Amino acid sequence: MKEILSGNEAIARGAYEAGIQIAVGYPGTPSSEIIENIVKRYGDTIYAEWSVNEKVAMDAAAGAAYSGKRALVTTKQVGMNVLSDSLLYTVYTGAEAGLVVLTADDPGLFSSQNEQDNRWYSRLAKIPTLEPADSQEAKDFIVQGIQLSEQFDIPVLVRSVMRVSHSKSIVTLGERKENPKTIGPFPRKPEKYNCTASHARHMHVKLEEKLKTIQAFADTSHLNRIEWGDRELGIITSGVVYTYAREVFPDASILKLGMSYPIPKGMILEFSKGVKQLLVIEELDPVLEEQIRAMGIAVRGKDVFPPYFELLPDDILKYCREAGISIRKSFPVKETVKPQNLPIRSPVFCPGCPHRSSFYLFAKLKLPVAGDIGCYNLGTLPPFKAQHTMGSMGASIGVLHGMALADIPEDRVCTIGDSTFFHAGIPPLVNMVHTGTRGTVIIMDNSVTAMTGHQDHPGVDWSVVPNRKAKAVDIESLVKAIGVGFVKTVNAFSIKEVEEGLKECLAYKDGPSVLITKGPCIFVSREPKPPYRVDQDICIACGTCFKVGCPGNVLSDVKHPKTGKFKAAIDPTLCNGCGVCSQVCPVKAIKPTGTASDSVQF
Amino acid sequence: MKEINFLILGVGGQGTILAGDVLSEAGMVAGYDVKKSDILGLAIRSGSVTSFIRWGTQVHSPVPPKNSIDYLVAFEPLESLRMLDYLKSDSTVILNEYKIPPVAVSTGQATYPAQEEILRYLEQNSSRIIRLNATQRTQELGSVKVLNIFMIGVLASLLPVSPSVWEAAIKKFAPPKFLDLNLKAFYKGYEQYVKAK
Ligand SMILES: Cc1ncc(C[n+]2csc(CCOP(=O)(O)OP(=O)(O)O)c2C)c(N)n1
Repeated sequence: MKEILSGNEAIARGAYEAGIQIAVGYPGTPSSEIIENIVKRYGDTIYAEWSVNEKVAMDAAAGAAYSGKRALVTTKQVGMNVLSDSLLYTVYTGAEAGLVVLTADDPGLFSSQNEQDNRWYSRLAKIPTLEPADSQEAKDFIVQGIQLSEQFDIPVLVRSVMRVSHSKSIVTLGERKENPKTIGPFPRKPEKYNCTASHARHMHVKLEEKLKTIQAFADTSHLNRIEWGDRELGIITSGVVYTYAREVFPDASILKLGMSYPIPKGMILEFSKGVKQLLVIEELDPVLEEQIRAMGIAVRGKDVFPPYFELLPDDILKYCREAGISIRKSFPVKETVKPQNLPIRSPVFCPGCPHRSSFYLFAKLKLPVAGDIGCYNLGTLPPFKAQHTMGSMGASIGVLHGMALADIPEDRVCTIGDSTFFHAGIPPLVNMVHTGTRGTVIIMDNSVTAMTGHQDHPGVDWSVVPNRKAKAVDIESLVKAIGVGFVKTVNAFSIKEVEEGLKECLAYKDGPSVLITKGPCIFVSREPKPPYRVDQDICIACGTCFKVGCPGNVLSDVKHPKTGKFKAAIDPTLCNGCGVCSQVCPVKAIKPTGTASDSVQF
Repeated sequence: MKEINFLILGVGGQGTILAGDVLSEAGMVAGYDVKKSDILGLAIRSGSVTSFIRWGTQVHSPVPPKNSIDYLVAFEPLESLRMLDYLKSDSTVILNEYKIPPVAVSTGQATYPAQEEILRYLEQNSSRIIRLNATQRTQELGSVKVLNIFMIGVLASLLPVSPSVWEAAIKKFAPPKFLDLNLKAFYKGYEQYVKAK
């Protein structure tokens, strides 16, 4: 049967066909739809969960695979940093059943804080790595990954990228192959599963031997293939870049690597001898290029292409032309007349977002704000411009701690979302309590992992699987139990409550304080309230309501008779009735309509 | 089979992704190889959304080279101007003229380009523009939620694929509750252009 699937849908299908039994991960674009599709389509067959972070997911998958269940871990590229500590030991141990780690990288930085090339992890951890080029391969490589993992007793990394995960193409479906293993008592094999130094020494030697066998396998595997064509130019490439290269060079000889670690040295040698000029086309770092050059083979690569962003067909075309590499195919040309400075449509806090009021306040109070990752990072943009650092998940609290150590001459705060707090915010807060550094941690509790598509986290009583029970971990009790001396929970939608709470927190000088701003994401409550409206008779066209940065607040076409400025209005199809703008209006011109919501969002 | 490249541009929440899914499905049923690439932005609504869809005998890259789009389906006028360098000089533009001003415009920090300006740019980069207020048309039908399928209807009337194929594709993606309305919207769009000719 054929179906059009996105890369992520295909990976979910691959998990099904591969006989995977446990699928765990932490959300992150562009990987999140994998777990979601596993639940939606194969939830009866595969156990799936959003774990608290990637490392916990990796350890859980290892434990399941040690116990004999086939397991899958999914992560976005930066999540690999979080799980890497555990990834490395699993490569030493192997497991009783197949174990596949799926990373979705983000060349082009569509939704990430850096552009790291996770193929370095293949070399660092010495983990066999497959790189699918389209949805068919995305599915097949999960099945292959489990097979290889069981054949060689080693976990396998499958590296997708945004353009595989979020593109769709036609897939021929297969059947599920069940894991033949039944679960018995846990294997007591410390020499295999306990990486104490004396064991690990043997494990490392064994791993290097394994890699030699896998290297030999790579040379004969159908995962890698030479497509002979014109012998003037030979291209070595992997993953989706293969499809771009084919678009530009329909006649060239191409060595397409489905398995990019370990590289098939014999095949590369054969290929290099068969062509006049060798070109490696790879996005981001020269990972293949350096390994091929180390074999003593002359190649071009990063002297032609930059080590950043995607290499779409147009990019390949441009850089090859600049480097004097001849392109035989003719591409359509046109003189494009383009407008300059089109108004951008940048993301903003949704109407009804609970984060809005806090950022209005931070901007007003001009506090230094160590920020974290999540929807609330939109507070970086105008009109707030009130989040001054952001680096990695959970970093805000550690950075606040550092600001306190530096003893900056002002009050300081940090923001952190509820999901991010559970993910990586607890250890740095413990650190602050233990050392007694002063600063206010603002936990923005919107009861969901919003930014990545509204997933559950340990603070909520529901899970990715509908009807599966989940216990909510209470943030306030947790923070108190850690020993934070001053903790206050306020209604996120009330600017007054947030302001008063914040002032009390800032006044606390004996170690860290915590302000929990609680209010559900509009996509959790899904209950837009009646829209507000601006009473044109009262509005003085002062523009204060625009300072809350809501798309629902718009200019009317009525001019103020004295100033000539346009008065404010509210678009009833956008307003979700949170009332935050009405709280800042100096003349109380913004009032609820009381009419039923007509929100376009729901 | 002749390669046909499509570009769908719109604003998050307008249903452009689903429109592209229907277009991809129809292509597959009609016997084409199909690839589609979406740029979604964040989970937050109201950003720009881009989808490339390619039909062909064998499609390699999910993103086509510049100057190779045959049909631009623009759900919003400002958005229609964002990727002009992808249009073929003899491309067709289907333009929903209903404006959705971005925040920068509604708060007075930027100005929305004038209609004549928008049309001038589109004319310089294509050979045919089909203009309609599709949002208003679908409001008259009962809901703007079927805007996407209405637009697909207009596009379908220009393509060598029979309505039954499109119907099957719509059935696959439309929620059962709204199937009838979607089919109605499809045929409204389909006839719309035939009439306009
Ligand atoms: C290590 C790592 N994993 C995942 C992500 C993707 N990601 C970005 S923000 C975020 C969580 C946002 O949730 P929350 O902290 O609750 O804030 P909200 O978006 O709900 O405001 C995630 C998972 C990441 N950037 N880094």
